[in-house]
Amino acid sequence: MLTLTSPFETPLHRVAAASKLLGLAAFSIGLFALQDLWAIILAGGLAATVYLACGLGFARFGAAMLRPLWPFLTILTLWHGWTGEWVAGLIIGGKMLVAVALANLVTMTTRLEDMIDVVERAAAPLARFGARPKVLAVAIALVIRFTPVLMDKAGQLGQAWRARSSRRVNWRIVLPISLMALDDAERVAEAIRARGGL
Amino acid sequence: MEKNVTYIALFAALIAVLGLVPQISLASGVPITAQSLGVMLCGTVLGAKRGFLAALLFVGLVALGLPLLSGGRGGLGVFASPTVGFVIGFPVAAFVAGFIVEKTRAAIGIAAFGGALIGGVLVLYVFGITGMALILGKSWPAASLLVAAYIPGDLIKAGLAGFITQGLAKLRPESVLSRL
Repeated sequence: MLTLTSPFETPLHRVAAASKLLGLAAFSIGLFALQDLWAIILAGGLAATVYLACGLGFARFGAAMLRPLWPFLTILTLWHGWTGEWVAGLIIGGKMLVAVALANLVTMTTRLEDMIDVVERAAAPLARFGARPKVLAVAIALVIRFTPVLMDKAGQLGQAWRARSSRRVNWRIVLPISLMALDDAERVAEAIRARGGL
Repeated sequence: MEKNVTYIALFAALIAVLGLVPQISLASGVPITAQSLGVMLCGTVLGAKRGFLAALLFVGLVALGLPLLSGGRGGLGVFASPTVGFVIGFPVAAFVAGFIVEKTRAAIGIAAFGGALIGGVLVLYVFGITGMALILGKSWPAASLLVAAYIPGDLIKAGLAGFITQGLAKLRPESVLSRL
C-alpha cells in the first residue's frame, strides 16, 4: 500500500526513527511554549529551509501535505480580521503550520518498516505484563494487507451496482462491505488457526 | 484469540475503506465520508473492547504514516492539526457505542442507533471540538460553531449504523460480537 514516505531520498531518511520521533516531541513542546511572533516566524523559516534543503520535489510534496489546513487558516484570518487581533491570529496560525510541517517531515522521511520497528521495540517491555508484541505485529500486517483487498471488493460492488441500477450508489453499499469484512475476518482466523495459531 | 485479532484488524481496515471509498452518497445526493460510520460500526458490531482496539489500531497506523484518513490524509501531522480531537476520539467513540449495545436489552438495531448516537456523535464531537478549541485558540462554544454544519450528517450516519448493524445481526448473528 502507498505510504506517505517521500520517494525522494534525503539525508533525514538515514537518521534513526526513534531519534526523529524524540526530536519531534522536543520541538513540538518547545513550539507550544513560544508566545513571540518573531520566534515563530524564525521557526517557520527554519522548517521551510529544511524542506528546501531536502530538494525542490520534496518541498513541493511537503507543501501539498499542508493543503488540508487551508480551511482553518481561512477561518483564523476571518476571525482575527473581525476582532482586529492580527498578532494573536498570526501566532496561532503560524504555530499550527510549523507544528504540522515538522510532524509531516518525520513521516515523510521515515519508512513504515522503521516506524513499526520503533513501535515493536517500545511495546517489548509490555510483554512482562502479558501483552504480546507478536500479536500486534500480525494485526498491523493484516490491516496493511486487507485495506487494499477490501477497497478492491468495495469497488467491484460499486461496479455491480452501477451495472444493474440507474440510481447512484448510496449508503446501502456499506452493509455488504461490512459483511465482507466480517466474513474475511472469520476466514483469516481459521487460516491462522490452521497454521498453528498465534 | 485468532478471531479477536482478525476481527479487530479487519474492522480497522473497514474504517479506512469507508473513508476512502468516494462514491457513497446519501439519499439527497450529498456525498459524505463514511469514516465515522466505520468507527460507529466497530463499536456496535464488535462491542466495547474490540471496537476500541480496532479504532485504536486504525489511529495508530495513521500515526505511523499510512494515508488512511478520509481524503488520503495521515502521518504525524494529523496530530498537530485542528482535527486531532476527532482522530483521538475514534477509539473512545467506538468503546462507548459498543458499551451501550452490550449493556442495553433493546432490539439490536435500536441499541446500535443509540450507541452510535451517544458514542459516535456526542462523545466524538466532545473530543473533536476540544481539540479544535485548543489548536485554534478559540473558546469551546466558538469551536463548536465551526463543526455544527457536520452534525446533521453524523446524526444520519448514526441511523445508518443502526440499520446496518441490524442487517448484519440478521445475516451473521454469530459474528455480531457485541451481542454474544
